[in-house]
Amino acid sequence: MTGEHVLRIEGLWAGVADTEILRGIDLEIRPGEVHAVMGRNGSGKSTLSHVLMGRPGYEVTAGSVTLDGVDLLGLAPWERAQAGLFLCLQHPTEVPGVSLEALLTEAARAGGRDPDTVREALVAEAERLGIDERLLERPLNVDLSGGEKKRNEALQLGVTGARYAVLDEIDSGLDVDALATVSRRIQEATDEDGLGVLAITHFSRLLEVLEPDRVHVLSQGSIRVSGGPELAEQLETEGYVGVLGDAAADEPETLVGLPHAAGFGEDPFADPLA
Amino acid sequence: MCDRRASAAAGLADVAHPDVGEEVWRYSRIDELDLDRFSPSTVRPDAGTGIDAALAESAAATIILCDGWIEAVHVSDAAVEAGVSIGSVADMGDGVDLHGSVLEVPVDLFGHLNRAFCPGPLAVVVPDGVRLDGPVVVVSHVATEGVAAFPRLLVHCGDDAQVLVVEVQTSDDVEALVVPVLEATVGRAGRLRLAVLQELGPRVWQLAHQEVHVGQGASGELFHAGLGGYYARTRTDCRLVGRGAEGRITAAYFGDGEQGLDYRTFQEHAAPDTVSELLFKGAVDDSSRSVYTGLIRVLPEAVRTRANQTNRNIKLSPDAWAESVPNLEIETDDVMCSHASTVSPVDADQRFYLESRGVPTVVAERLLLEGFFAEVVAAAPHPQVASRLRRGLLAKLDRHATVGERGAA
Repeated sequence: MTGEHVLRIEGLWAGVADTEILRGIDLEIRPGEVHAVMGRNGSGKSTLSHVLMGRPGYEVTAGSVTLDGVDLLGLAPWERAQAGLFLCLQHPTEVPGVSLEALLTEAARAGGRDPDTVREALVAEAERLGIDERLLERPLNVDLSGGEKKRNEALQLGVTGARYAVLDEIDSGLDVDALATVSRRIQEATDEDGLGVLAITHFSRLLEVLEPDRVHVLSQGSIRVSGGPELAEQLETEGYVGVLGDAAADEPETLVGLPHAAGFGEDPFADPLA
Repeated sequence: MCDRRASAAAGLADVAHPDVGEEVWRYSRIDELDLDRFSPSTVRPDAGTGIDAALAESAAATIILCDGWIEAVHVSDAAVEAGVSIGSVADMGDGVDLHGSVLEVPVDLFGHLNRAFCPGPLAVVVPDGVRLDGPVVVVSHVATEGVAAFPRLLVHCGDDAQVLVVEVQTSDDVEALVVPVLEATVGRAGRLRLAVLQELGPRVWQLAHQEVHVGQGASGELFHAGLGGYYARTRTDCRLVGRGAEGRITAAYFGDGEQGLDYRTFQEHAAPDTVSELLFKGAVDDSSRSVYTGLIRVLPEAVRTRANQTNRNIKLSPDAWAESVPNLEIETDDVMCSHASTVSPVDADQRFYLESRGVPTVVAERLLLEGFFAEVVAAAPHPQVASRLRRGLLAKLDRHATVGERGAA
């Protein structure tokens, strides 16, 4: 423990099976900062989010990740969450038979927080996000629209009180209103609670509502260019080829040889383990 | 009755021991069962069996059976006034007509054994038009080491009548064989609900058979919680004999240790416009085994049948094993039948999702399993049945979590 408040990713190499997907990622996110990681499909964006949370199936081959001095890579996923990391999933999993309240009550209990306060926090947070209270009783994510699922993720982020949030393509499958609500809530958390945010996204659309302090362009598993908010605008006008030059041309179209690498209806280049 | 028993006993020699080669005994442990190790109960035991106070509180009647003998019968004044008859078949004028009216011919050796050795069948007769508010609670307990117990229960729910029968099957920690038979009829537009909570000790063999015949516009709803026993098998025959009859069969089971839980179901549609719904959900842990085989049979006259059969199993340990075999046999057109069957481990994506919110692995699995069983618990016909099932499942889940933590450490 250093006492320093920062989510620090250093020299991170990781992949699945025998394929390296991340090839040396370095990032530092401090409380209250919003970092956007942008990249094309297949650049390793989703892999980064899953490796940070410790999803089974990914292997870290080099580097370190520390959260306020705590080595995350040595922890189980639930311990990373208890340490203060939250992953907003691109495709939140449907969990029949388990309610939001049951989940967050157990999470509070495991973290030594008072489980009796969960209900109140849920109701307050639901109000901020414009979530119907009836939704709290429903099984997790079951039969929810894309927008409802993302609001639900933001709701959980608020209630767990995480200190750093990784947003994995939170703008996908989201209508404009829901995007605005969710982004505003996250922006408020950065200002009010000092939440540090790593927003992984394909489009700059998210960054019109969530103001980034830093923008990083991910290509072929490493950060090629970093800059201020103007970099997102440059990407918007010039595209990845304009920003990255020849490096972009070398980007693999898909992750050949990985399980389920192709054939996804919505996004043929989606993360194979997502 | 004596004649019936004597002829059954005399005929036993001609009845073959079941064989795993027969479809209805496939995957069973019947080869392991040595009948010579058990002796039929010949004297009424004096066990002083207790009854769940919460269940008894609102009951229309409570009956205690021990080693198959009727030990105590208590019928509420309201039920007596309504004309409900509950007691030994032998004490009932017309009770004997019920005996064997559903199961004219025993389905197997164990049916024959029950007919020969049952010390006195218990009958519950609810007359036409009588709707009992509280449940009829039957505790069927096994108390004696080495005993072979043959309880038998006859239920008749009259036309337009309604009754809920809750049978709690328990035992002391003895090695025993128990062969319960239940036969039930539901009259026109009647509604019979029957819940069985099987909580036998870990050294008990059980081979149960229940058959219900559902009349015109009537409904038969069977609920089962399978938690105990060394090897506990229940064969259920739900025969829809009247036009528009409905049958619902719902079960939850959870095996651990060396347990074997074995279910055979028959949804038989023998009349037009009949509906059957079956949902069996089970979990197997450690090196336990479960079997579900089910047949939807639609006879030629049963046009416009709707039938559904779903069996879902979760394997919690690599050494556990669940067999699931759904079957359809349809002899007419114009029917809607479906079946679904799964055996799988806990869903890895769901577990990761819960873990990513800060829930430890064992707790995540517990939440998922509680969620898995929630729809069965919600279908319990009485709050006390639901809470007793939930308690039983939670005890098993706690044990699973403790073993899991030990394994992870």
